[in-house]
Amino acid sequence: MRLVLAMVALLLAAPVQAQDTLPPAPYAYRQLDDPALEAKAQALMLTLRCLKCQSQSIADSDAPMAGDMRSQVRQRIAAGEDPEAIRAWLVERYGDYVSYAPRVTALTWPLFAVPAALLALAALLLRKRFGGKANA
Amino acid sequence: MIAELGLAALWLAAALAALQLIAGSLGLTARGQTLAGVVRPVAVVQGLLALVAFAALVVLFCQTDLSVKLVAMNSHSAKPFIFKLAGTWGNHEGSMLLWVTVMGLAGGFVALVERRLPERAMLATLAGQAFVSLGFYAFLLISSNPFERLNPVPAEGQGLHPLLQDIGLAFHPPTLYLGYVVISIAFIFAIGALVTREVGPAFARAMRPWVLGAWMFLTVGITAGSYWAYYELGWGGWWFWDPVENASLMPWLAATALLHSASVLAARNALRAWTVMLGVVAFSMSMVGTFLVRSGILTSVHAFAVDPERGSFILALLAINIGGALTLFGLRASSVTEGERFAVVSREGALVFNNVMLSAILGIVLFGTLYPLLAEAMGAKVSVGPPYFNPMGALFAVPMLIVMAVGPLLRWRRDRLSRIRGGLIVPALRVVLAGVGLGIAAHIGLLPHIGLALAGGLALASLLPLRGRNLLRTPLPVWGMVVAHFGIAVSLFGMASESAFSVEQLVAARVGDVMPVGPWQVRLDRIDPVAGPNWTAMEARMYARYQGGAPVEIHPQARFFWTPPQQTSESALVTRWNGQLYAVVGDQAEDGRWQMRLWWKPFAPMIWLGGLLVGLGGLLALLGRVASDLRRISARHKIAFRRERQGR
Repeated sequence: MRLVLAMVALLLAAPVQAQDTLPPAPYAYRQLDDPALEAKAQALMLTLRCLKCQSQSIADSDAPMAGDMRSQVRQRIAAGEDPEAIRAWLVERYGDYVSYAPRVTALTWPLFAVPAALLALAALLLRKRFGGKANA
Repeated sequence: MIAELGLAALWLAAALAALQLIAGSLGLTARGQTLAGVVRPVAVVQGLLALVAFAALVVLFCQTDLSVKLVAMNSHSAKPFIFKLAGTWGNHEGSMLLWVTVMGLAGGFVALVERRLPERAMLATLAGQAFVSLGFYAFLLISSNPFERLNPVPAEGQGLHPLLQDIGLAFHPPTLYLGYVVISIAFIFAIGALVTREVGPAFARAMRPWVLGAWMFLTVGITAGSYWAYYELGWGGWWFWDPVENASLMPWLAATALLHSASVLAARNALRAWTVMLGVVAFSMSMVGTFLVRSGILTSVHAFAVDPERGSFILALLAINIGGALTLFGLRASSVTEGERFAVVSREGALVFNNVMLSAILGIVLFGTLYPLLAEAMGAKVSVGPPYFNPMGALFAVPMLIVMAVGPLLRWRRDRLSRIRGGLIVPALRVVLAGVGLGIAAHIGLLPHIGLALAGGLALASLLPLRGRNLLRTPLPVWGMVVAHFGIAVSLFGMASESAFSVEQLVAARVGDVMPVGPWQVRLDRIDPVAGPNWTAMEARMYARYQGGAPVEIHPQARFFWTPPQQTSESALVTRWNGQLYAVVGDQAEDGRWQMRLWWKPFAPMIWLGGLLVGLGGLLALLGRVASDLRRISARHKIAFRRERQGR
């Protein structure tokens, strides 16, 4: 718990420390020339988490690290890499936390089981409510 | 002196809440009935004392009394007055004090005016209010005293978080808080009904204005919060599935379901247990919302409060309140019958279907919000975001929106779809098909595509209940429903359009450069340093032309606050009927060019316009209900008066 709080404190402090002196990466604030590729990169960036921010994607952040990641994503998309391959590469580097699209793993299966269970429960509830003589 | 006065008022209010709880509970028993008479007056005074405490804190913040720790931590003498005022509730202690104050005042109001319910139900209701309030009083007095003094007195305060120094955020949290608290009042009526086993139309009618009010505040609060995030964060995003946003969405989903189910109970005496259950859920969600926002458990743009002791205290409160509510429901649910039956194809049937869909969406949002915390407790970090919430939510939202288009056209109890097919469903379907065709032609994603098609059909269908009515004689609640449903369609259209058709332009510009974005040409005219009361900024002057028309002057800023130090973007917006131009100025690169970010977002303002329409619908319905209640009361008085005269 204390570790979590320390991290929260760090995250809160991030905007203050983030006055980097290095110039931003080449594609941090620059779009790809091909609109189709840029759209592809944009769609991917919206689903990647800015690790230095609080609940923002790298497409929504001024943090230097988000800028670096945007640049990486754009360059790799321009080089013809598949968006999911780029995601996998980032997940390998930063862990599952970086992707807003949870994978189905031993840890995350309930995320997908719950909607299915809700669907079944909803069907059951409605059936119970209207079943049998309801249409009579 | 003022701080001590506030603290004394707070202690007295807490003591009166304890008295109210004891007297209210004993008043329910045979031997304690002599105590019943004090409950209503005590509830009123308790609310007034909480108000005194809150007013004291407002005065302290307005005077910037730095000998009070809370003021020193969150305010600054150079801050504009409006943000000194808003600073009162822009922090943990102040917002909790606002919570109990609203709760106390609402309880006092109920004690003064509510005469429809049996006296025993009122006693249980007010005892419930005292119980919930007492927990929050204890929390304030034990671990979050807002009036704590500081010695020695600092020379200057630490200031308010710069993101919070915005007029939108000065009023967005209290609006949501009002929603949270008022929905708790609705739930407390459910306690009264459960304890006295009188779950019926009278209970639903007494509860309904509170549900409507809470729902209206939540709607407006969420809309305002989303617009705030949109223009203040500077990247054009308007919903992030951020846990704090979810914390406000969940009570809204529950309140929406409760509102509709209470209407069925009031009109048809059906769905009794279901309505009470939704009351419990809505209250639980408002508790969860308060907990998520206030405990500092989340790492999110909104979570500014970080303190483990408080977190544990709120968690305990959460467990006691939700646990208590569920236990009471479990004990009494079996004795509450479901009430009148109805067919699948009927207005009730459609409402039940949508209640189940709303509850399922609520389940997904709740689980998706809490799962990262659970995973973290198990030692793994995962993120759950838009790629999860959007499709999973749509799974239930799409059928719900379809049923929502049809439901208001159906008759109560039993109906046939064939009756409304010809004149009503067919035109709506045509609009949906037109939307599908448009989507295919424009090559857009699946979800925006479905959204556009559904929005068209729903907008048309939502107006159909007015067909054949005399518009001047149409009751206000019907207008409220039509306006709110139409608002949902408008908002959905805005969301789908924003997501499908937005154009983004990132440019490194020199002064004099012209940047195209969508149908706009934007010229960077100059960039100057400017200074505010507690910040400095680089302000760009830009001229934006829509399709070569007259130029509009805009001034986006990059602001640097110094207490506490932080940089924010003040975006500049140009709103037209068909969309919004969004301009942000960023840092200067080494070669002297400025990072400009421009967006053209077709029909994006409809997202929030729709939200406001939904809120307006709630207001109309509320006015209609209150007006008819007042008419009923005055009619009763007249009858009583006439009888009295005849008696003489």
